[in-house]
Amino acid sequence: MLQLIFYVFATILVASGAMVISARNPVHSVLFLILAFFNAAGLFLLAGAEFLAMILVIVYVGAVAVLFLFVVMMLDIDFTKMREGLQKYAPFGAAVGCILFAELVMAGLHWMFSPVMPLPITGGLGQMGGPVTNTGALGTLIYTHYLLLFQLCGLVLLVAMIGAITLTLRDRPTGRRQIISLQHERKRADTLEMMDLPLGQGTDANGGFLRPHDSYYVTAVPGSYGVPEAVEEEHEELVVREGEER
Amino acid sequence: MNWMLALPELVLAVSGLVVLSGGVLTKKGHAFLPTAALTIAAFVATIFLVGLSPDGVGYHGLFQVDAFARFIKVLALIGAIVAVALSVGHRDEGHELPFEMPVLVLFSTLGAMVMASSASLMTLFVGLELSSLSIYVLCAIERDRPQAAESGLKYFILGSLASGLLLYGISLVYGFAGTLSYAPIAAEINSVGALPLGLVIGVVFMLVGLAFKLSAVPFHMWTPDVYQGAPTPVTAYMAGAPKFAAFALILRVMSGPFGAMSPRWQILVEVIAAMSMLFGSFAAIPQHNIKRLMAYSSIGHMGYAMMGLAAASPAGTTGTLVYLSTYLVMNAGTFGVIEAMRRRGQEVDEISDLAGLGRTNPGMALILAICMFSMVGVPPLAGFFGKFMVFAAAWQAGLYPLIFLGAVSAVVGAYYYLRVVKVAWFDAPAAPFDRPAASVSFVSIAMGLATVLFLLGLGPISDAARAAAMALVG
Repeated sequence: MLQLIFYVFATILVASGAMVISARNPVHSVLFLILAFFNAAGLFLLAGAEFLAMILVIVYVGAVAVLFLFVVMMLDIDFTKMREGLQKYAPFGAAVGCILFAELVMAGLHWMFSPVMPLPITGGLGQMGGPVTNTGALGTLIYTHYLLLFQLCGLVLLVAMIGAITLTLRDRPTGRRQIISLQHERKRADTLEMMDLPLGQGTDANGGFLRPHDSYYVTAVPGSYGVPEAVEEEHEELVVREGEER
Repeated sequence: MNWMLALPELVLAVSGLVVLSGGVLTKKGHAFLPTAALTIAAFVATIFLVGLSPDGVGYHGLFQVDAFARFIKVLALIGAIVAVALSVGHRDEGHELPFEMPVLVLFSTLGAMVMASSASLMTLFVGLELSSLSIYVLCAIERDRPQAAESGLKYFILGSLASGLLLYGISLVYGFAGTLSYAPIAAEINSVGALPLGLVIGVVFMLVGLAFKLSAVPFHMWTPDVYQGAPTPVTAYMAGAPKFAAFALILRVMSGPFGAMSPRWQILVEVIAAMSMLFGSFAAIPQHNIKRLMAYSSIGHMGYAMMGLAAASPAGTTGTLVYLSTYLVMNAGTFGVIEAMRRRGQEVDEISDLAGLGRTNPGMALILAICMFSMVGVPPLAGFFGKFMVFAAAWQAGLYPLIFLGAVSAVVGAYYYLRVVKVAWFDAPAAPFDRPAASVSFVSIAMGLATVLFLLGLGPISDAARAAAMALVG
């Protein structure tokens, strides 16, 4: 039974891996990549490495693959152009692949643990008693033995976040940012007009059509960041101006 | 678990989070001054806590506090205070720096402190990354200037490469010793007869990675561009705290876990030191930009400081620590003057812009002259004592070729330092500079005075350095 499950996961993994590089539509490629990740996670589960399986799904599917999707869908990449050299480079690529595969086989055949290698640190695990799961063991180590480093790594991530925000968030004078509280206060009646139209007639014939009463700008301030003090005045001014226009 | 051991770091980290939250909540455009002031206050408080922190090893052998760690931490914190104080007056086309700047300096200094206290290769790496990552961002923080972006990107790419090399070295050492803590590694090295090649390669890779952070030749290529492109307060910071921390790592790692194999790495350190001194002095001669000049000067100074390491003796370590202290004061004084080089709100950084400073602003020119003479190593000033102590240690260790090369490069270095003084005092005056911000004047005057009066503090500082060196040897 276990073997059957293994082969199911493995077959789908290899097949979706092949689809990643052969699918014409790049979005399909990314979706197949996600499928491949899920199947690899299944294989990890079978091997008893439940932590790796979870990390694979959370990190690769949750973050990396979604990022790929963004890149593929948002950026203007000409994929036909990227594929142009495929025929020319195929033999070379296949040769590299064969060499890598042969090396893997050779390494796998002679794989063994060195007899003199000392055991890794298992501090704190001794007291737990009973069988310990991977996740439990890692958690015990990280939150006791390596607590200081764990917190410091958190600071490293915080610095990365500060850096990303400082270097990329720009105050654009032409941009507009929604004022959440005002947007929440709006009711459907403020923005939309529902009309019952007789069959066969358009809204034109009934004096107007379905659309917001006032503009989206009522609930937005200029600039990328809302400046709290300026918001209220700005809002009133906008309302007045739009009223005049009407 | 002894939490008190890392109390200064914990307090600094929490202050950083508080200052950051405060900065985010303050109205945009008014946040810089309060954040900078709070950051300096946090640094000052941390200096006191560092002075009070007890000796010991804690956190399961990951973290240690001794006289050496305290010495380096105080140096790094003073360097950070100077950098933040300089940044208060900084304007780029009328804009002040974003309020994240002091916060990032704070986190970078925290990384430097962790590096100084590392008792395990993993602590070393995490501290180094915290420190470096903040500096990558700091370099590019004036992101609208192409030079700043270039500076940040260059440092980021090359710094990541160096981190990779360091990590590879660490993994080889781990493969040999099966542990990352310093004491067991030292025990393991002492217990084997012949050193395996993998370990030696690992140590060399670690040395390369750390030499990059120190900008020692031949891993110095990033320094001039990064120094020139980064905002002046950031450059002042980079020339201080991170270098001290990297030196702390080299000293700690090389004399701690790898102390038993010192004959193997000594020749390497000698070569790096000699090349840094020579390159630092000769390559600085054609420079006309004062920030680039200071970059080459820093390369040279790192060479002199490494001379103490090459001696591989407590006297050498003491010399290096005193050298770093003198470098801190004279370097900070010089950057105070550079920060004050502004005309009509625009930053100018050519050496020729200093022409006739002796007539337009004699006080500033005097401080510049003091710092430059100190960098040359003229006797009553700070720089002399550092140079004297490392040369003496190298003499005791019998490194005569290194002393000869050091003397040659000191003479060559005198030429380009004194050229700056000549331009400032004897050339026809250029247009006067703007009136510098109070904090900038304060930093340059304080550091100029410290350079002149270093003799008064020499006794306590060299005592502290000696205690630190002894703590390192154990």
